[in-house]
Amino acid sequence: MTLMLLLWITLLAAVALAFIGDWKYAPEVNIASSGLTFVASLSLALQVYRTGAFLAGGNFFFVDPFNVYLVVLTTFVSMTTAIFSRRYMRVERSHGRVGPIRMRFYHAMFQLFIFAMLMALLTNNLGVLWISMELATLATVLLVSLYRTPTAIEAAWKYFILCGVGIAQALFGTVLLYFAAERVIGEGGNALLWTNLSQVSSQLEPTVLRLAFVFLMVGYGTKVGLVPVHNWLPDAHSEGPTPISAVLSGLLLNVALYALVRCKSLVDGSTGTHLAGNMMICFGLLSLLVASFSLLRQKDIKRLFAYSSIEHMGIATFAFGLGGPIAAFGGMLHMLVHSLTKSAVFYSVGHASQMHGTQEMSKIRGLIRGNPPVGWGLLLGVMALAGMPPFGLFASEFLILTATIKQMPLLTPLLLIGLAVAFAGLFRRVQPMVAGMVPPWQKPIKAANIPVTLHMALVLLLGIYLPGFLSNWFQLAVGLLK
Amino acid sequence: MSLHPLAIELLQLALLLGLAPAFAGWVKIVKCRLQGRTSPGLLQPYRDISRLFIKDVTLAEGASWIFRFTPYLIFGVTVLAGAIIPLVSTELPLADTADIIALVMLFAIVRFFTALAGMDIGTAFGGMGSSREMMISALAEPAMLMAVFTVSLTSSSTSLTRMVEVMSRGDFTIRPSMAFALIAFILVALAETGRIPVDNPATHLELTMIHEAMILEYSGRYLALIEWAGMMKLMLFFSLGIAAFTPWGIATSGEPLALLAGAALFILKLLLGGVIMVLIETSMAKMRIFRVPEYLGSAFLLATLGMIAFFILE
Amino acid sequence: MSHALVVQLNLLLAALILLTSFALLVQRRMFAILHIFAWQGFFLGVSTAIIGFATGVHHLYLSSLLTLVMKVILLPYILYKLILKLKIHREIESMMNVPTTMMIGIALVIFSYHLTEPIRQLSALMTRTTLAVALATVMLGLLMMVTRRHAVSQIIGFLAMENGLFFAATSATYGMPMVVELGVALDLLIAAFIFGIFFFHINTTFDSLDVDQMAKLKETD
Repeated sequence: MTLMLLLWITLLAAVALAFIGDWKYAPEVNIASSGLTFVASLSLALQVYRTGAFLAGGNFFFVDPFNVYLVVLTTFVSMTTAIFSRRYMRVERSHGRVGPIRMRFYHAMFQLFIFAMLMALLTNNLGVLWISMELATLATVLLVSLYRTPTAIEAAWKYFILCGVGIAQALFGTVLLYFAAERVIGEGGNALLWTNLSQVSSQLEPTVLRLAFVFLMVGYGTKVGLVPVHNWLPDAHSEGPTPISAVLSGLLLNVALYALVRCKSLVDGSTGTHLAGNMMICFGLLSLLVASFSLLRQKDIKRLFAYSSIEHMGIATFAFGLGGPIAAFGGMLHMLVHSLTKSAVFYSVGHASQMHGTQEMSKIRGLIRGNPPVGWGLLLGVMALAGMPPFGLFASEFLILTATIKQMPLLTPLLLIGLAVAFAGLFRRVQPMVAGMVPPWQKPIKAANIPVTLHMALVLLLGIYLPGFLSNWFQLAVGLLK
Repeated sequence: MSLHPLAIELLQLALLLGLAPAFAGWVKIVKCRLQGRTSPGLLQPYRDISRLFIKDVTLAEGASWIFRFTPYLIFGVTVLAGAIIPLVSTELPLADTADIIALVMLFAIVRFFTALAGMDIGTAFGGMGSSREMMISALAEPAMLMAVFTVSLTSSSTSLTRMVEVMSRGDFTIRPSMAFALIAFILVALAETGRIPVDNPATHLELTMIHEAMILEYSGRYLALIEWAGMMKLMLFFSLGIAAFTPWGIATSGEPLALLAGAALFILKLLLGGVIMVLIETSMAKMRIFRVPEYLGSAFLLATLGMIAFFILE
Repeated sequence: MSHALVVQLNLLLAALILLTSFALLVQRRMFAILHIFAWQGFFLGVSTAIIGFATGVHHLYLSSLLTLVMKVILLPYILYKLILKLKIHREIESMMNVPTTMMIGIALVIFSYHLTEPIRQLSALMTRTTLAVALATVMLGLLMMVTRRHAVSQIIGFLAMENGLFFAATSATYGMPMVVELGVALDLLIAAFIFGIFFFHINTTFDSLDVDQMAKLKETD
């Protein structure tokens, strides 16, 4: 059973790495485990592609095209991050920023985090989905404070408190959902199963679901990083180790959005109105605008890209809020290419800041001359993030824009302003960092180039040509979301 | 055979006037016992009052008519309040003239004139006491009204006799709103009657006294009236609490036997209430005056919570 | 026990839970906060057991036991030890506007009442009226986390919020499915270990558990 294998590998790896995480070959173990899960997830995807959605583990797990693509994405990014973290953490260790115990902790928590993400994606039970989201938060909280600097502790505390508060609201929403479901399905654990809920969604009480969605929106929205509950995100991204920033941005936000979208389709089925969609449009657009303007004010490179994550999650939320096949298709594609691009950018950023010993953008200079792969990786990544063709983000943003013009033309200017400001904000900062002479304080390091290359190649590929099976896949998923 | 309502009214007043000093004495006895002192006995307050009546009045030079008028007013208004609260029977003709809000206002009049009299002489202590008293009452009265409202919600009436009837007739039910209101009422009553932790009736220490500071200049029969009214006020707050929260056993007719039983039960509750108050007093320390707003704020909050609990839960 | 009495008892416990929420909101001393929190957990556990008894939903007994063990014994004990170890038991939180906080709290209670109106009308459960109290407990926990500046009281606000959520689950639906409740309890336990570690980190890094000291990360300009 590939599905169980997937979960067991990560869990066992987490336990094993808790003991051997400081061993010389621990990073390789980490890579091997992530690689294995990636292979397993591919076979799971193949299964779904051949036979369609299926239940497993006695109703407990549910796999359909929508979540399996995120599972593949998760395992893929976790694999490349593991490869990246091997070099990156070696440098950090040689700088004396982490000791052996913290390395054990780091590796174990990394795998536990991946386990929680996979659990959240694969479970059929909305209650377990909540538990996994909380577990993912808890696993990353102490990773954010790994360096034990005052700012790192502050960031982690903020992350813990804000996400704790947010996720509690989501639990209340889940309770309300259960209340509504129990009246239709009957008592017991079955009433929280997604497959049961989606079948009877038209019978669920609309007033209760509306209320539930408000809480779910606030709760999972906090984890997506939507404005105005986004405060934890820039801090957590900037203070934690870079591999963690990469998986937070690339994976955690996606999974939270996944939870939100699942809930939305239930609420839509029940109320028959566009209320949930409108809420997501509002929050998405607000996040896009606030984040793109905040981009202009940043000095710390990781904070810059953290705000860029808020911006892109805003776009994706907006797209899912719009609904309709084109927008939903665009939203899914956007989630995929954004997480590939953003993690690639964070890999480059991580190396760039290691080379200069700082995260301050004004001190980072001459990357292309100093270390061409890192410099070009950053430049291309930023170009992709800014939505320039021929990268995948251009394709997804173009789709979303088209859908907006068609469905809500009045919002188009706002969307365009957000995108344009973000474009300017990113380029203004990145251009001096990559170009120019090598400053004297720059130190050469051994960078991990495979992950960046892999990611950027994929993003480029997705921009030029969307493989037939993938677009079929997305269309299937879009059909499910209706 | 049934007694005439007017007779009941008169009986009740006699009970109040006669028992108030004894009740004050009882509180003192219990307190002394708890603190391991020898008590002056149940009759000491009577002796105090009669001694004061015999003594001559010494008036301050600048005393105006307000100063001379206030003791009579305080005494009169307190007796009037005593005629409204049902002690032993709900068959009270005067009870219908004023509801519980008017009752709170009657106590406010007493406070107002006491404060005026405190300032009338122009001594430092009087003014200080008055200002403190006004600060406390400004906070205590809303809390008191809130507690009273919560109780009246249950009986959907602000008339005291009606409230008592509803409460004593109904079956036993646990009412969270009443529990909240009771705690709030106790907190406010401690403040209103000038007990620890808000004021200490036994102290003449200038930094802490409130009520005593206002009446510092009184002597002779004026002081006797004020002291007597103060004792009655203490007893009346207990009676109010008993009527609002635990009226079980009160006579609803003019039958002498029922009246007798009602009176006996009332006295028993009073004695018990006195013990409880002393327990609260001895277990607490007097708080700084700047903490009093917080204390009364909590009372207000509790009363409000009681009201909310009524709407949410009942 | 007759049905009416059970309902009344449950209402009383709900009122007590609300009262403890307010007490948490305004209490300044560390140990007192801890005691109140333990009492809240106790009321919650008893209420759950009573509902389980009255409705015959027997898995509620297990939930009740879980609550009593976790929230009355385990978590307060951990916090107690931490407070002693960090030598902060004498600390008193200042900078708190009690009357304003209380007023906001009351407004939140009324807000919760209105928010849960549709559910009260739909539900036929005997516990439906207490849902408003449950939501209010969540909101008050939230308010506590916002108004407090001390790391320990923020955590207690967090835990009180969790209490409210648990109470909401029992009053809206007689408890979530067992697997969910166990999972939530597990998360809570992990969270307890994490904040335990955090207290030490914050205390050693900032020499105090006052989170106001943690204000380095601001929007740069």
